[in-house]
Amino acid sequence: MSHSQHTEPKRSHEPIFWGLFGAGGMLTAFLTPVMVLVTGILVPLGLMSPEALSYERIHDFATTWYGAAVLFVLIALPLWHTLHRIYHGLHDIGIHRGRDIQQVVSYGFAFAVSVFVFTLLLQMF
Amino acid sequence: MAETLIDIDILRYRPEEDDAPHLQTYQIPFDDEMSILEALQYIKDELDSTVSFRWSCRMAICGSCGMMVNGEPKLGCKVFLRDYFPNKITLEPLANFPIERDLVVVMDDFIEKLESIKPYIIPAQEKSIDDGEYIQTPEQMAKYKQFSMCINCGLCYAACPQYALNKEFTGPAALSLLARYNRDSRDAGGAERMKIVNAEEGVWGCTFVGYCSKVCPKGVDPAAAIQLFKVESAKDYLIAMFKPD
Repeated sequence: MSHSQHTEPKRSHEPIFWGLFGAGGMLTAFLTPVMVLVTGILVPLGLMSPEALSYERIHDFATTWYGAAVLFVLIALPLWHTLHRIYHGLHDIGIHRGRDIQQVVSYGFAFAVSVFVFTLLLQMF
Repeated sequence: MAETLIDIDILRYRPEEDDAPHLQTYQIPFDDEMSILEALQYIKDELDSTVSFRWSCRMAICGSCGMMVNGEPKLGCKVFLRDYFPNKITLEPLANFPIERDLVVVMDDFIEKLESIKPYIIPAQEKSIDDGEYIQTPEQMAKYKQFSMCINCGLCYAACPQYALNKEFTGPAALSLLARYNRDSRDAGGAERMKIVNAEEGVWGCTFVGYCSKVCPKGVDPAAAIQLFKVESAKDYLIAMFKPD
């Protein structure tokens, strides 16, 4: 019954993904309810002027360096959070085959969409 | 007055005669003050001497009588018939451990894991007895004290879904014991033990379900020890990127 404990343990690269997961989780927990409140309740109910979300206004925001940075972080980090959760969830529900492929697909998707959003924001300037 | 009775199902497995574990029902007189462990002793003394189970202190300090009570990891001496009466009680050996016989499980893997984390103080330099004791303030002691309360009962391993899926995972009790030593001001073995923490089988095998802390009969919080270690391990990872050893 002896396990790998007798050999030198191998350092995990999980801190990178866990860091992105943690940061994304924090944003999701704090900011998603605010976004839902604004875009899903306040504006549709007319409690907030639709002008607040007008194309010109959002475009102006997205084309400042800080606005672009805020949008990028708000989209990319929760995405890393989600895919990290899905990747570990697959293990939890018993899908153990092809963990390497699962990892590449999960984090690859988060990475690809992050790059896509980054490029999209850049070309708006 | 007729005696009030309670049914207890016990998962029986005697390797020399049973092909597979199976439930056997015993009926015993209900007593408000009887613990599950005492009920087992009653069964062994009065009804069936072939039932096997581990026990020693009867007061939640030896950690021997861990078992699944209606599917939850419990110490037999710390739960009572009255907690379940009038419902039937089902006793099974601790989950996630191989069954040795009836309620007795094989704990070798667990013990090996406890040993693997170097569960002793590794001083920066050896002191002779003449040099006096290692001084510690109450504040320094408070940093590790709760993690030193573990009695090695194994309930947290029976509760852990990650240990259930992968026996390589170092697991809650061993990682809290590791925290107990790494957080001790008299210890200088932190860097050595961080190698175990940093591994996939170390803290990164945990997905923070937190059931380990919920079932602990001694109020140890292994989930907290592990999550705090994830922060430490992430820092360690960053430092190692710039300063490989």
